[in-house]
Amino acid sequence: MNKKLIFIAPLILFILMVGMLFTGLGKDPTMLESQMIGKAIPEFNLPTLYEPNKIITHDDIKGPALINVFASWCPSCYTEHPYLMQLQQSGEVPIYGLNYKDTRPKGLKFVNDLGDPYTTIIFDERGRLGIEFGVYGAPETYVIDANNRIVYRHVGVVSDIVWQETIKPIIYPEESGQ
Amino acid sequence: MKILIQTVMLTFMLSLLPQTQAEIIFYNFDDPVKEERFNKLISVLRCPKCQNNNLADSNSPLSVDLKDIIYEQIHAGKSDAEIVDFLKERYGDFIHYKPPMNSSTILLWFGPFLILVISAFFILRYLRMTKASDTVVDETEAEHMAKIQAWQAEVGDSDNTDTQVQDSTLGDNNR
Repeated sequence: MNKKLIFIAPLILFILMVGMLFTGLGKDPTMLESQMIGKAIPEFNLPTLYEPNKIITHDDIKGPALINVFASWCPSCYTEHPYLMQLQQSGEVPIYGLNYKDTRPKGLKFVNDLGDPYTTIIFDERGRLGIEFGVYGAPETYVIDANNRIVYRHVGVVSDIVWQETIKPIIYPEESGQ
Repeated sequence: MKILIQTVMLTFMLSLLPQTQAEIIFYNFDDPVKEERFNKLISVLRCPKCQNNNLADSNSPLSVDLKDIIYEQIHAGKSDAEIVDFLKERYGDFIHYKPPMNSSTILLWFGPFLILVISAFFILRYLRMTKASDTVVDETEAEHMAKIQAWQAEVGDSDNTDTQVQDSTLGDNNR
Protein backbone atom coordinates (compact mmCIF):
# COMPACT_ATOMS: atom_id res chain seq x y z
CA MET A 1 0.00 0.00 0.00
CA ASN A 2 2.67 2.48 1.04
CA LYS A 3 4.86 1.55 -1.88
CA LYS A 4 1.96 2.04 -4.22
CA LEU A 5 1.35 5.47 -2.76
CA ILE A 6 4.91 6.49 -3.50
CA PHE A 7 4.44 5.63 -7.14
CA ILE A 8 0.98 7.15 -7.39
CA ALA A 9 1.80 10.44 -5.61
CA PRO A 10 3.92 11.90 -8.43
CA LEU A 11 1.21 10.94 -10.90
CA ILE A 12 -1.41 12.74 -8.84
CA LEU A 13 0.85 15.78 -8.54
CA PHE A 14 1.40 15.70 -12.27
CA ILE A 15 -2.31 15.51 -13.01
CA LEU A 16 -2.98 18.42 -10.60
CA MET A 17 -0.35 20.49 -12.33
CA VAL A 18 -1.68 19.65 -15.78
CA GLY A 19 -5.14 20.68 -14.57
CA MET A 20 -3.81 23.94 -13.17
CA LEU A 21 -1.92 24.79 -16.34
CA PHE A 22 -4.84 23.74 -18.49
CA THR A 23 -7.23 26.18 -16.83
CA GLY A 24 -4.77 28.94 -17.68
CA LEU A 25 -4.70 28.01 -21.35
CA GLY A 26 -7.85 29.80 -22.49
CA LYS A 27 -7.02 32.99 -20.62
CA ASP A 28 -5.74 35.97 -22.50
CA PRO A 29 -2.81 37.29 -20.49
CA THR A 30 -3.11 40.72 -22.10
CA MET A 31 -6.59 41.19 -20.57
CA LEU A 32 -6.32 43.06 -17.32
CA GLU A 33 -9.11 43.26 -14.82
CA SER A 34 -10.30 46.77 -14.28
CA GLN A 35 -9.73 48.20 -10.82
CA MET A 36 -12.52 50.71 -11.34
CA ILE A 37 -15.47 48.32 -11.18
CA GLY A 38 -17.98 49.59 -8.62
CA LYS A 39 -16.30 52.96 -8.35
CA ALA A 40 -17.63 56.30 -9.52
CA ILE A 41 -16.13 57.67 -12.69
CA PRO A 42 -13.01 59.72 -11.98
CA GLU A 43 -13.42 63.45 -11.55
CA PHE A 44 -12.19 65.58 -14.39
CA ASN A 45 -12.56 68.84 -16.19
CA LEU A 46 -11.36 68.79 -19.75
CA PRO A 47 -12.23 70.54 -23.00
CA THR A 48 -14.39 68.88 -25.60
CA LEU A 49 -12.90 67.78 -28.89
CA TYR A 50 -14.97 70.28 -30.87
CA GLU A 51 -14.54 73.31 -28.65
CA PRO A 52 -11.22 73.90 -26.89
CA ASN A 53 -12.84 76.54 -24.69
CA LYS A 54 -15.79 74.47 -23.57
CA ILE A 55 -14.90 72.59 -20.41
CA ILE A 56 -16.90 69.58 -19.35
CA THR A 57 -16.67 67.71 -16.07
CA HIS A 58 -17.67 64.33 -14.66
CA ASP A 59 -21.02 65.90 -13.70
CA ASP A 60 -21.87 66.30 -17.37
CA ILE A 61 -21.80 62.56 -17.85
CA LYS A 62 -25.23 61.03 -17.34
CA GLY A 63 -25.44 57.30 -16.91
CA PRO A 64 -26.50 54.70 -17.79
CA ALA A 65 -24.14 55.14 -20.69
CA LEU A 66 -21.00 53.95 -22.34
CA ILE A 67 -17.71 55.80 -22.27
CA ASN A 68 -15.74 54.78 -25.31
CA VAL A 69 -11.99 55.43 -25.35
CA PHE A 70 -10.83 56.00 -28.89
CA ALA A 71 -8.03 57.62 -30.86
CA SER A 72 -7.15 58.22 -34.47
CA TRP A 73 -3.89 56.29 -33.98
CA CYS A 74 -5.71 53.17 -32.85
CA PRO A 75 -6.35 50.72 -35.71
CA SER A 76 -9.07 48.74 -33.89
CA CYS A 77 -11.01 51.96 -33.34
CA TYR A 78 -11.63 52.11 -37.09
CA THR A 79 -12.94 48.54 -36.96
CA GLU A 80 -15.18 49.35 -34.03
CA HIS A 81 -16.52 52.65 -35.32
CA PRO A 82 -19.26 51.45 -37.73
CA TYR A 83 -20.89 49.45 -34.95
CA LEU A 84 -20.82 52.42 -32.57
CA MET A 85 -22.64 54.42 -35.27
CA GLN A 86 -25.22 51.67 -35.53
CA LEU A 87 -25.61 51.46 -31.75
CA GLN A 88 -26.06 55.21 -31.46
CA GLN A 89 -28.69 55.19 -34.21
CA SER A 90 -30.60 52.46 -32.42
CA GLY A 91 -30.94 54.89 -29.49
CA GLU A 92 -30.37 52.12 -26.99
CA VAL A 93 -27.63 53.80 -25.03
CA PRO A 94 -25.83 57.14 -25.03
CA ILE A 95 -22.15 56.87 -25.88
CA TYR A 96 -19.62 59.36 -24.57
CA GLY A 97 -16.32 59.58 -26.39
CA LEU A 98 -12.95 59.91 -24.74
CA ASN A 99 -10.46 60.97 -27.37
CA TYR A 100 -7.33 59.55 -25.79
CA LYS A 101 -3.82 60.87 -26.41
CA ASP A 102 -4.73 62.28 -29.77
CA THR A 103 -4.14 65.59 -31.48
CA ARG A 104 -7.15 67.79 -32.04
CA PRO A 105 -6.93 67.89 -35.89
CA LYS A 106 -6.55 64.11 -36.10
CA GLY A 107 -9.33 63.47 -33.60
CA LEU A 108 -11.62 65.84 -35.48
CA LYS A 109 -10.74 64.21 -38.78
CA PHE A 110 -11.66 60.82 -37.33
CA VAL A 111 -15.22 61.86 -36.40
CA ASN A 112 -15.70 64.12 -39.41
CA ASP A 113 -14.71 61.40 -41.86
CA LEU A 114 -16.37 58.45 -40.20
CA GLY A 115 -19.29 60.05 -38.40
CA ASP A 116 -19.81 60.99 -34.77
CA PRO A 117 -21.71 58.51 -32.60
CA TYR A 118 -20.87 60.36 -29.40
CA THR A 119 -23.08 62.50 -27.18
CA THR A 120 -20.00 64.49 -26.18
CA ILE A 121 -16.33 63.91 -26.84
CA ILE A 122 -13.91 64.55 -24.00
CA PHE A 123 -10.54 65.59 -25.35
CA ASP A 124 -7.81 63.96 -23.24
CA GLU A 125 -4.71 65.07 -25.06
CA ARG A 126 -2.23 64.15 -22.33
CA GLY A 127 -3.93 60.88 -21.50
CA ARG A 128 -4.21 61.72 -17.82
CA LEU A 129 -7.93 61.04 -17.62
CA GLY A 130 -7.22 57.75 -19.38
CA ILE A 131 -4.81 56.86 -16.59
CA GLU A 132 -7.45 57.77 -14.00
CA PHE A 133 -9.74 55.27 -15.71
CA GLY A 134 -6.94 52.70 -15.89
CA VAL A 135 -6.89 52.69 -19.68
CA TYR A 136 -4.02 50.64 -21.07
CA GLY A 137 -4.96 50.47 -24.71
CA ALA A 138 -7.63 51.79 -26.99
CA PRO A 139 -10.34 50.93 -27.73
CA GLU A 140 -11.77 50.43 -24.27
CA THR A 141 -15.38 50.86 -23.30
CA TYR A 142 -16.54 51.63 -19.77
CA VAL A 143 -20.10 50.80 -18.88
CA ILE A 144 -21.58 53.16 -16.29
CA ASP A 145 -24.87 52.84 -14.44
CA ALA A 146 -27.46 55.48 -13.52
CA ASN A 147 -25.32 56.59 -10.56
CA ASN A 148 -22.28 57.12 -12.80
CA ARG A 149 -20.56 54.09 -11.33
CA ILE A 150 -18.40 51.93 -13.54
CA VAL A 151 -19.98 48.50 -13.72
CA TYR A 152 -17.95 46.91 -16.49
CA ARG A 153 -15.02 47.51 -18.76
CA HIS A 154 -14.68 46.02 -22.20
CA VAL A 155 -11.20 45.97 -23.68
CA GLY A 156 -11.17 45.77 -27.45
CA VAL A 157 -13.74 46.21 -30.16
CA VAL A 158 -17.42 46.51 -29.22
CA SER A 159 -19.41 44.50 -31.72
CA ASP A 160 -23.04 43.47 -31.94
CA ILE A 161 -22.25 40.24 -30.11
CA VAL A 162 -20.41 42.07 -27.33
CA TRP A 163 -23.28 44.53 -26.93
CA GLN A 164 -26.07 41.94 -27.03
CA GLU A 165 -24.42 39.26 -24.95
CA THR A 166 -22.16 41.11 -22.55
CA ILE A 167 -22.80 44.81 -22.16
CA LYS A 168 -26.57 45.02 -22.55
CA PRO A 169 -27.35 42.45 -19.84
CA ILE A 170 -25.06 44.37 -17.47
CA ILE A 171 -26.39 47.84 -18.20
CA TYR A 172 -30.07 46.87 -18.52
CA PRO A 173 -30.45 43.72 -16.43
CA GLU A 174 -34.24 44.09 -16.12
CA GLU A 175 -34.77 44.15 -19.91
CA SER A 176 -32.73 41.04 -20.50
CA GLY A 177 -34.79 39.20 -17.92
CA GLN A 178 -31.82 38.28 -15.79
CA MET B 1 41.63 39.07 -37.55
CA LYS B 2 40.21 39.50 -34.08
CA ILE B 3 40.92 43.21 -34.15
CA LEU B 4 39.18 43.44 -37.53
CA ILE B 5 36.05 41.75 -36.17
CA GLN B 6 36.09 44.01 -33.14
CA THR B 7 36.41 47.09 -35.33
CA VAL B 8 33.53 45.97 -37.51
CA MET B 9 31.42 45.23 -34.45
CA LEU B 10 32.21 48.58 -32.89
CA THR B 11 31.39 50.42 -36.09
CA PHE B 12 28.10 48.56 -36.28
CA MET B 13 27.25 49.34 -32.66
CA LEU B 14 28.18 52.98 -33.07
CA SER B 15 25.94 53.21 -36.09
CA LEU B 16 23.03 52.12 -33.90
CA LEU B 17 23.81 54.64 -31.19
CA PRO B 18 22.12 57.81 -32.51
CA GLN B 19 18.84 56.01 -33.14
CA THR B 20 18.87 54.44 -29.69
CA GLN B 21 19.55 57.75 -28.05
CA ALA B 22 16.65 59.37 -29.84
CA GLU B 23 14.28 56.98 -28.06
CA ILE B 24 15.43 57.72 -24.55
CA ILE B 25 13.74 60.46 -22.62
CA PHE B 26 15.90 61.99 -19.95
CA TYR B 27 14.53 63.00 -16.63
CA ASN B 28 16.48 65.67 -14.83
CA PHE B 29 16.79 65.56 -11.09
CA ASP B 30 18.15 68.17 -8.75
CA ASP B 31 18.44 65.59 -6.00
CA PRO B 32 20.31 62.25 -6.44
CA VAL B 33 18.07 60.62 -3.81
CA LYS B 34 15.00 61.42 -5.91
CA GLU B 35 16.74 60.11 -8.99
CA GLU B 36 17.57 56.87 -7.24
CA ARG B 37 13.97 56.48 -6.05
CA PHE B 38 12.74 57.17 -9.59
CA ASN B 39 15.09 54.58 -11.10
CA LYS B 40 14.13 52.02 -8.46
CA LEU B 41 10.40 52.58 -9.03
CA ILE B 42 10.52 52.36 -12.81
CA SER B 43 12.50 49.14 -12.54
CA VAL B 44 10.00 47.37 -10.24
CA LEU B 45 6.87 48.69 -11.94
CA ARG B 46 5.54 46.93 -14.98
CA CYS B 47 4.23 48.44 -18.18
CA PRO B 48 0.49 47.55 -18.25
CA LYS B 49 0.43 47.41 -22.02
CA CYS B 50 3.41 45.07 -22.30
CA GLN B 51 3.54 41.53 -21.07
CA ASN B 52 6.95 41.55 -19.46
CA ASN B 53 8.62 44.91 -19.57
CA ASN B 54 9.26 47.22 -16.70
CA LEU B 55 8.56 50.90 -17.14
CA ALA B 56 12.27 51.60 -17.45
CA ASP B 57 12.61 49.34 -20.48
CA SER B 58 9.38 50.33 -22.16
CA ASN B 59 8.89 53.21 -24.53
CA SER B 60 5.20 52.64 -25.08
CA PRO B 61 3.24 55.91 -24.83
CA LEU B 62 1.48 54.67 -21.71
CA SER B 63 4.79 53.83 -20.01
CA VAL B 64 6.12 57.25 -20.86
CA ASP B 65 3.01 58.82 -19.27
CA LEU B 66 3.38 56.66 -16.19
CA LYS B 67 7.04 57.60 -15.88
CA ASP B 68 6.03 61.26 -16.15
CA ILE B 69 3.49 60.73 -13.39
CA ILE B 70 6.06 59.03 -11.16
CA TYR B 71 8.48 61.87 -11.84
CA GLU B 72 5.84 64.45 -10.97
CA GLN B 73 4.71 62.66 -7.84
CA ILE B 74 8.25 62.25 -6.54
CA HIS B 75 8.69 65.98 -6.91
CA ALA B 76 5.31 66.60 -5.31
CA GLY B 77 6.69 64.90 -2.21
CA LYS B 78 4.79 61.62 -2.46
CA SER B 79 6.36 58.55 -0.87
CA ASP B 80 7.23 55.44 -2.89
CA ALA B 81 4.35 53.53 -1.27
CA GLU B 82 1.89 56.29 -2.17
CA ILE B 83 3.01 56.25 -5.78
CA VAL B 84 2.75 52.47 -6.02
CA ASP B 85 -0.71 52.59 -4.43
CA PHE B 86 -1.80 55.28 -6.87
CA LEU B 87 -0.85 53.04 -9.78
CA LYS B 88 -2.27 49.88 -8.20
CA GLU B 89 -5.61 51.63 -7.74
CA ARG B 90 -5.77 52.15 -11.48
CA TYR B 91 -3.93 49.21 -12.97
CA GLY B 92 -4.13 46.58 -10.27
CA ASP B 93 -1.43 44.34 -8.85
CA PHE B 94 -0.23 43.64 -12.39
CA ILE B 95 1.64 46.95 -12.34
CA HIS B 96 4.05 45.77 -9.64
CA TYR B 97 6.46 42.92 -10.21
CA LYS B 98 6.18 41.77 -6.61
CA PRO B 99 2.79 40.13 -6.15
CA PRO B 100 1.00 40.92 -2.86
CA MET B 101 0.18 38.14 -0.42
CA ASN B 102 -3.53 37.36 -0.57
CA SER B 103 -5.89 34.45 -1.09
CA SER B 104 -5.29 34.24 -4.83
CA THR B 105 -1.50 34.41 -4.60
CA ILE B 106 -1.01 32.21 -1.54
CA LEU B 107 -0.16 29.21 -3.73
CA LEU B 108 2.33 31.32 -5.63
CA TRP B 109 4.05 32.37 -2.42
CA PHE B 110 3.99 29.08 -0.53
CA GLY B 111 3.59 26.52 -3.33
CA PRO B 112 7.34 25.93 -3.69
CA PHE B 113 7.73 25.39 0.08
CA LEU B 114 4.74 23.09 0.05
CA ILE B 115 6.31 21.04 -2.72
CA LEU B 116 9.60 21.00 -0.79
CA VAL B 117 7.90 19.69 2.35
CA ILE B 118 5.88 17.08 0.46
CA SER B 119 8.94 15.88 -1.46
CA ALA B 120 11.02 15.76 1.74
CA PHE B 121 8.29 13.69 3.38
CA PHE B 122 8.21 11.17 0.55
CA ILE B 123 11.98 10.99 0.21
CA LEU B 124 12.39 10.34 3.95
CA ARG B 125 9.62 7.79 3.85
CA TYR B 126 11.22 6.10 0.89
CA LEU B 127 14.64 6.01 2.58
CA ARG B 128 13.17 4.61 5.79
CA MET B 129 11.26 2.00 3.84
CA THR B 130 14.31 0.75 1.97
CA LYS B 131 16.19 0.56 5.26
CA ALA B 132 13.34 -1.40 6.80
CA SER B 133 13.18 -3.77 3.88
CA ASP B 134 16.96 -4.35 4.21
CA THR B 135 16.39 -5.58 7.76
CA VAL B 136 13.61 -7.80 6.53
CA VAL B 137 16.03 -9.47 4.12
CA ASP B 138 18.54 -10.05 6.94
CA GLU B 139 15.93 -11.68 9.11
CA THR B 140 14.69 -13.96 6.42
CA GLU B 141 18.24 -14.93 5.73
CA ALA B 142 18.76 -15.74 9.38
CA GLU B 143 15.48 -17.59 9.44
CA HIS B 144 16.47 -19.31 6.27
CA MET B 145 19.73 -20.49 7.83
CA ALA B 146 17.88 -21.57 10.93
CA LYS B 147 15.53 -23.58 8.76
CA ILE B 148 18.43 -25.18 6.98
CA GLN B 149 19.93 -26.04 10.35
CA ALA B 150 16.70 -27.46 11.62
CA TRP B 151 16.29 -29.42 8.45
CA GLN B 152 19.81 -30.75 8.71
CA ALA B 153 19.18 -31.70 12.30
CA GLU B 154 16.01 -33.49 11.28
CA VAL B 155 17.67 -35.33 8.46
CA GLY B 156 20.20 -36.56 10.93
CA ASP B 157 23.80 -35.86 11.59
CA SER B 158 25.12 -37.93 8.73
CA ASP B 159 27.71 -35.28 8.06
CA ASN B 160 28.72 -33.50 11.27
CA THR B 161 31.55 -31.47 9.79
CA ASP B 162 29.17 -29.85 7.24
CA THR B 163 26.78 -28.69 9.93
CA GLN B 164 29.66 -27.20 11.83
CA VAL B 165 30.75 -25.29 8.76
CA GLN B 166 27.19 -24.02 8.33
CA ASP B 167 27.15 -22.99 11.95
CA SER B 168 30.27 -20.95 11.62
CA THR B 169 28.98 -19.28 8.48
CA LEU B 170 25.77 -18.42 10.27
CA GLY B 171 27.76 -16.97 13.10
CA ASP B 172 29.71 -14.76 10.69
CA ASN B 173 26.54 -13.51 9.03
CA ASN B 174 24.97 -12.50 12.29
CA ARG B 175 27.93 -10.47 13.44
